[in-house]
Parts: sequence; structure tokens; C-alpha cells
Amino acid sequence: VSSVNVDLQTDATLQVDISDALSERDKVKFTVHTKSTLPNFKQNEFSVVRQHEEFIWLHDSFVENEEYAGYIIPPAPPRPDFDASREKLQKLGEGEGSMTKEEFTKMKQELEAEYLAIFKKTVAMHEVFLCRVAAHPVLRKDLNFHVFLEYNQDLSVRGKNKREKMEDFFKNVVKSADGVLVAGVKDVDDFFEHEKTFLLEYHNRVKDASAKSDRMIRSHKSAADDINRIASTLYTLGTQDSTDVCKFFLKVSELFEKTRKIEARVAADEDLKLADLLKYYLRESQAAKDLLYRRGRALVDYENANKALDRARAKNKDVLQAETSQQVCCQKFEKISESAKQELIDFKTRRVAAFRKNLVELAELELKHAKGNLQLLQSCLGVLKGDT
Amino acid sequence: MAAEMEPPPLGDAGQTDFREIEDGEGFFVSTVTTLESPEPSSPDPPSMPAEGISTNGPKQEDISLDDDPEDLFAEATEEVSLDSPEREPILSDGPSPAITPVTPTAMLTPRMGLGTAEMFERSLDEIEEDDSGDTFDMHIAVSDPEKVGTFNTVLMYSYIKTSMTIFSKNETTVRRRFSDFLGLHSKLASRYLHIGYIVPPAPEKSIVGMTKVKVGKEDLSSAEFVEKRRSALERYLMRTVKHPILLKDPDVMMFLESSELPRAVSTQALSGAGILRMVNKAADAVNKMTIKMNESDAWFEEKHQQFENLDLQLRKLHASVECLVCHRKELSVNTASFAKSAAMLGNSEDHTALSRALSQLAEVEEKIDQLHQDQAYADFYLFSELLGDYVRLITAVKGVFDHRMKTWSKWQDTQLLLQKKREAESKLQFANKPDKLQQAQDEIKELEGKVQQGEKDFELISKTIRKEVSRFEKERVKDFKVVIIKYLESLVQTQQQLIKYWEAFLPEAKAIA
Repeated sequence: VSSVNVDLQTDATLQVDISDALSERDKVKFTVHTKSTLPNFKQNEFSVVRQHEEFIWLHDSFVENEEYAGYIIPPAPPRPDFDASREKLQKLGEGEGSMTKEEFTKMKQELEAEYLAIFKKTVAMHEVFLCRVAAHPVLRKDLNFHVFLEYNQDLSVRGKNKREKMEDFFKNVVKSADGVLVAGVKDVDDFFEHEKTFLLEYHNRVKDASAKSDRMIRSHKSAADDINRIASTLYTLGTQDSTDVCKFFLKVSELFEKTRKIEARVAADEDLKLADLLKYYLRESQAAKDLLYRRGRALVDYENANKALDRARAKNKDVLQAETSQQVCCQKFEKISESAKQELIDFKTRRVAAFRKNLVELAELELKHAKGNLQLLQSCLGVLKGDT
Repeated sequence: MAAEMEPPPLGDAGQTDFREIEDGEGFFVSTVTTLESPEPSSPDPPSMPAEGISTNGPKQEDISLDDDPEDLFAEATEEVSLDSPEREPILSDGPSPAITPVTPTAMLTPRMGLGTAEMFERSLDEIEEDDSGDTFDMHIAVSDPEKVGTFNTVLMYSYIKTSMTIFSKNETTVRRRFSDFLGLHSKLASRYLHIGYIVPPAPEKSIVGMTKVKVGKEDLSSAEFVEKRRSALERYLMRTVKHPILLKDPDVMMFLESSELPRAVSTQALSGAGILRMVNKAADAVNKMTIKMNESDAWFEEKHQQFENLDLQLRKLHASVECLVCHRKELSVNTASFAKSAAMLGNSEDHTALSRALSQLAEVEEKIDQLHQDQAYADFYLFSELLGDYVRLITAVKGVFDHRMKTWSKWQDTQLLLQKKREAESKLQFANKPDKLQQAQDEIKELEGKVQQGEKDFELISKTIRKEVSRFEKERVKDFKVVIIKYLESLVQTQQQLIKYWEAFLPEAKAIA
């Protein structure tokens, strides 16, 4: 299970995981495996195959459901993106003639490892989404969710066509404009006012930190690749050299082969523990912002309904209608506010726990790798110094 | 990095400007000279806080000269001495007022006269066989350069030669400019390359880098350029004096000792000499293609191939290491950027313990960014520059092999000419032209002498090259071994620091409640 989220009540009534995944030409097929004691399901344990679009369908159905307006909807997993990796493999194939056989095999192995890493990541992110839903006291009961888990046929949720994508785009534009208006309304409740300010700033900073961590990790990978090439050339030099120094070249080549694997692991671990963490909380903080937006919207509606009621009473026209409308808005607003408060508190708890877990693991891994590197370096130095 | 690229010394635009702003007046800033500790094995010089132009905290790595069995300067050291009071400003740590060059109390008389080639050979042989027990240690440091002149600035590099024997330690400080070094190399190359000696190549010119410094742009890249050049000059000089023959050369001795040197004008790219060099290079390239030598000596065949392979691999390695330097610098920059971002994130985090931990993370990353920078520095100055030096050295080696080919070719040509003349002479025997016959016979006598000389020259250069290659290989092995160990040590240090930083951070992360 992904390292990003902790605190998911692993509760016997409903356990979900992705037990297998298959990468085909341009799609990934996830095997979603469920174990449940709930009476809603026909069996206690079953599996279905799902694709990315079906996850998105499920996520969107939550977002569009008014009943869930007061919850932080678990962010949708990002689309599996093997384009970059595939491109690199292709370039490697084209450049096969220009490098030695050893170099080619080496690079191929690395690119395959990279592909595998990306694959594992996308599986983890899809799994986290499902686990968050399964852990949520209300969402786990959702009918669409059960269908998603159980229905062993294709859900036929074709991806959005062009027109629908356009509609989405406009919806988002309207929403952000609206969001600005809503955000401008000062909240009476201190808790929410604080959350609003906090989330806005936090979201932006997480976005920045996420981008910068990505760049840092990329440089790290490039450096590891360079060390790889250096190791190869040192090996050739060592085999060609007839003097005393050939031993040095060969030993150092061997050393660099090992250290660069460690460097690559450092970059990969930083990616997993730091970059992924930041990316995830970028999406979660957006989902939390969305919740605040919905509450803000409900507040505005409530206030407008109040004003309409006052006007109706003043004119003594359609009062009953205005009263019912006002009550509905009031209930909606209060319902959202109540659950939102808890959701935001839970969000903070989850966030702190996740950061703690990942930062501790990051530090431990960095230490492990640095110590590993140190040991290799010192042992090699010992051999070489003894030789001079 | 584009600014660091050294353009080829031929055809530089704006070269005339360079010439005009040569003359300087007055002093700008003073430099502090280094004192080398008396241990012959890898001394660690104190880092110098030179004013004005220097990179921050570079470690000055000097490749020290191991015990050299030559006692060449055994007599000389007694003649050259420094008065103790004058030593004080040199020995003091920290900035000191403008240092005046110290002239040795006696000029050394050149040991070798520039007589005919034969005399030259003889004295060279003598020197090489001279192998007495008095240990001699020479240490050269090219210290931080100082700008001379207010508008028309020129960089002067202070160079110190420390000669030590069991009895005393002597130092000389002289100031030289870049073109002085180039001039020295040019003289040595013209004198020794064609007879088979591997003359270490001088560092390359760079108009871009130099102009920035002259203009007074004291930013990081111009400071780096100056440090790069300083280090290169130091290595060049060390290599030159390590060569037993070159060390005895009068120009080298003059370079090392005299307080003033005549300006080396012929090193400028667009000067007459520069153009002549260009022409010669082109001619050489053409000739190389047309000479087909019957190699009777398998050793040369084998060595030639070995050097070709070495050249290829070293260039490849050099390119990879340059990439590494670049990426490490990038990593440093990106880590610093992430550190700032993490600090901001920590600020906006409203959970106190997590906020604190994120700030700590930011601090760790900031320290790590400095580590990466230092490592990139080591990557460059230890590893990359060594490889660059050897790529250029091997070009010199290949040049020497080519000269041997040329010598052979010249000898063969003379032989052919002799044969033709003999044929012509035999024809003249029956032509009854006594004058012409005499002339032909005289010419033949002359050519026979030349053929003999050609053969001797060829044998000599072959012999010299064998010795030189053997010496070169020894040096190469030593250099690489030393550098590899130093480089690995730098890597060890980086990992040790990393461990320290993460060990300090771990409890902070665990403290998040």
C-alpha cells in the first residue's frame, strides 16, 4: 500500500487493494480486489478489472453528488503517464548503433527499471484513492462505489468526448471566478476564516515545493547517469592500460558502478517520500479548498435566501415559498459546515501523520544510503592506498 | 558554462583590443603568497583570503613533487638566499601590503651553452646520467593573481619556487603574466619537440574569460575563471620543472628566477609568429597524411596504438566528467531553491511541530546544497582538469611521434637524393666534363654526410622518445593514482557530512507529534 497516507482505518468490514496491474500498449488495467463482510455484496471476496477512466468516473460522481458537498472528496489519481519513459526507450532503440553492446544493455536495463518504477507509482496512487474512499464513513457506502468494486463487466464509462470536455472547462472557469467572489465573503466563523486563509497559502506553497523537489530530484538522477557513464569508460581504460594504474581504473570503475546505483536509489527514494508526498498534498489541499468553496457557496445561497425572505415578508408575497427556500438553504449550509469542520480537522491529522511518516522514512533512507556509499568508498580507498 | 569555453587561439576577433590595453600603471590589489610546509608528501597549504578576485573557499591542491633524485640545484641553493626580515611579509597569514618581488642575490649562470647540436646532446646525456644522492625538493605554487593597472589591467600571477635541501629552505617569489607562460612554452616547444621531448602544453588562452576580468566584472564566473587559470598555470609549471631536461633549460631557469622578463610578443594569436604557427600546423597536417613510414620497430607501432586508444578514452571520460560537474552544479542550485521553498512551506504550516520540522528540513537541504557545490568543485579541479591536461599532453606525445616520422622521412628523402646524384655522377663519368664531375662528386660527399646525420638524428629521436615515453608513463601513473585517491577522499568527506546532517534531522522529524 502507498506510503503517502497513513491512518486509514483498516477495518474488516471493507478492505480494498489493487492486487495486480497490467500495462498494455496505451492503457493500464488494474485488478481491484475487495474483501468485505458487508451484506451489500454478494460474496466476501472478489476482484474486478478497472481502467483509469473508471476511477475518474467514480471520483466525478462523488464531486457531482450534492449529498457529499460537505466532505473532502479524495483527489483523483493522476493519469498513468508512460510517454516520457516510452520516448526514452524509443530513442535508445534508435541510438543502438552508436554505443557498445554493454552500454546498450545497461541503459536498457535502467530505462526498464524506470518504467517499472513509474508503473508501481501509478498503481499506488490508484490504490490510495480507493483506500481513502473505503475508509470514509459516508463515502464507503456509496452505491457507485459498490458498483465499481463489484460489477465485473466493463462500466462503459467512455472518456469524456470533446463537448463534455469543453463543458468541464467552462465549468471550471465559472467555478474559479465564483470561487473568488465567495472567498471574498468574510466568514463569521473564526475556524473557517482561518482555514480559508491557511489553505490558500498552503496550497500555493505546496505547489512550489512540489515543483522544486521534482527539479532537484531530476538533477540527482542526471548526476547518477553521468557516474554510470564514467564507470563504463573507466572500465575500458582499465582493460586497455598496461601500466600499474589499470588496477586503479578497474577498482574505481567497480566502485562507481555500485555508488551510482545507490545514488539512483537516493533519487528514487526522495521521489517517493518527498516529491510524491508533496504532490499528494497538493491534490488534497485542492480538494479541501473545493470543500470550502462549496460551503462558501452554500453560505452565499443562505444569505441570499434570507434576504429574499425579508423582501417577501416586506411585500407579503410568496412568503411560504421564501420560507421553505430559506430553510432548505439553512439546512444545507449547516449540514456542510458541520461535516466540513470535522473533515478539515481530519485533514490536518492525516497531513501531519503523513508528513511525519515520510520525513522520518526519508531521513532514515538518506542515512542508510550515505552509510552504504561511505562504506564502499572507504573500502575501495583502503585497497588503493595499500597499493601505492 | 558557455563563458568558460576557451576559443581556439587562432583568429580571435578583437585581438587588437587585447593588445592595446596591456600597459598598466600602478598597483591595484595585493596578493598573499603561500608558504609550503617542508614535508615533501602532499602538504596542505592554508587557504588564502586574497582580496578582490578569488572564488569562495577553494581548496588549493598542489601536486607535490616527490623526492627527486636530481641534485641539479645543489650548488644553486647556496647562492640564492632570502634575508630573514624580508621573509616576514611572505610568511604572514592574511593580507599584507604589496609584495615586492625578491631578487636572488646572485643570478644563476646557465649550465648549458647553446652551442651546436652535438654539444647540446652531450650535456643532456650528462645531466640524465647525473644521479647523485643529495635530495632535492622543488615546490611551485602559483598564487592568487593580482590586478595591475587601473584602466588597462593585466593579471600578474605570483609564482613561488621553494627549493629545499636537507640544510635549508629557500624561496623565491617572482611575478609573471599569462603571456610569459605562453612565451616560455613556445620557446621550449620550438627547441625540444622536434627532437623527441614531450613538452607539457601550456594552458589555453581565453579572450572571453580574460576580458570579463579586465573589465572589472568581479562576479562568480570571472572569479572562477581566474581560479581555473591559476590552477592550470600551477600544474603546467610543475610538469615543466619535473622534466629533468626542461628544468635545465636556460629559459626555464630565467623564468623561474629573474625578476623581469622580456615581454613575449610572439604569443599573440594574430602576430606574425602566430600566423606562422598556423601555417606550420596546417602544413604538418598535410604532411602527416602523405608520409608512409616503414615501421621496423614494433615498440613504436604498439605505443602509437596505445596512445590512440588512451586519447579516445580520456576524451570520452573528460566529456562525461564535465557533464557530471555541470549536473552537480545544477543539483546544488535546485537543492538551494527547494530549501527556500520548504522553508516557505514550513512557515505556512499551522501545525507547530510539523512547521518546525519543515524549517529544519529546509536548513538541512541548504547545507546539502553547499556540499554539492563543494563536490562539484572537487569534481572539476581534481578530476576534470587532470583529464583535460592529459588529453593535451597526449596530443604532445602524438606530436613527438609525428616528429620522428618526419625525421625518418627527411632521412629517406636525403638518401633518395643521394642515390639520384650518384646515378647522375656515373653518367657524368662518360661525359668528359671534368668541372661538372667534380661538382657532382662534391655534392655527393656532402649528401653522404647528410645521410649519415639523418640516420643519427632518427636513431637519436627514437632513443629519446623511448626514454620520454617511459618517463611520461611513470608520471601518468603517479598523477592518476594521486588524483584518484584525492578524489575518492573528497567523496568520502561528502558522505560523512551527509550522514551528519541527516542524523541531526532525524530526531526532529520523529518529534512531530
